[in-house]
Amino acid sequence: MTLMNEPVHKQELKKKYCRFKKHGIKFIDYKDADFLLKFVNEQGKILPRRLTGNSLKYQRKVATAIKRARHLALLPFVTDSLK
Amino acid sequence: MHPQNQFIKPMNNKQYETVFIITPVLSDEQMRDTVEKFRKVLTENGAEILHEENWGLKKLAYPIAHKNSGFYQLLEYTAPVNVINTLHTEFSRDERIMRYLTTNLDKYAIEYNEKRRKGLIGKKKETKTVEKED
Repeated sequence: MTLMNEPVHKQELKKKYCRFKKHGIKFIDYKDADFLLKFVNEQGKILPRRLTGNSLKYQRKVATAIKRARHLALLPFVTDSLK
Repeated sequence: MHPQNQFIKPMNNKQYETVFIITPVLSDEQMRDTVEKFRKVLTENGAEILHEENWGLKKLAYPIAHKNSGFYQLLEYTAPVNVINTLHTEFSRDERIMRYLTTNLDKYAIEYNEKRRKGLIGKKKETKTVEKED
């Protein structure tokens, strides 16, 4: 019997990427609520960078866009079931 | 030029975009009058309106002032900086306005808005609706 730890069989994960950098999107529109829905969870909270894969620059822009959309009642501040 | 004025920057017109929500209580005509009022506030203060959009009556994501819907109006314009303050005081004095948001447009935003006006963005939505009809 060996005391070696068995390797954990993780599925090979796809590397995350920043979709704004990849597709060359420079501006994030706060008026487009459907698009911003990709970056919030069911409760309407902004998803962290470790899940979305956004670069810091665009994560900041996403965050301001979502906050603007919330102010204009295009997105909710809090809900139970957004999706 | 007056010596004091030499430090003041020349009038630099920036491009802005304002979205505001009008109460749903009004009739269509009254709603148009309120939009006209704020259009006047802008033009009389030296702003130039580039684009406007009326999104009509939309449902709000959460109730504002016990209302669940509102008329959305978008104005895009170039204006000297001091106009924004007067516009915002007018907004806050007017009871018909529920919310307003003014953003300063940078070069990417201007580019995006031009594309949006031409209909290059949001094409996906159109195709989606077509699919539903089929």
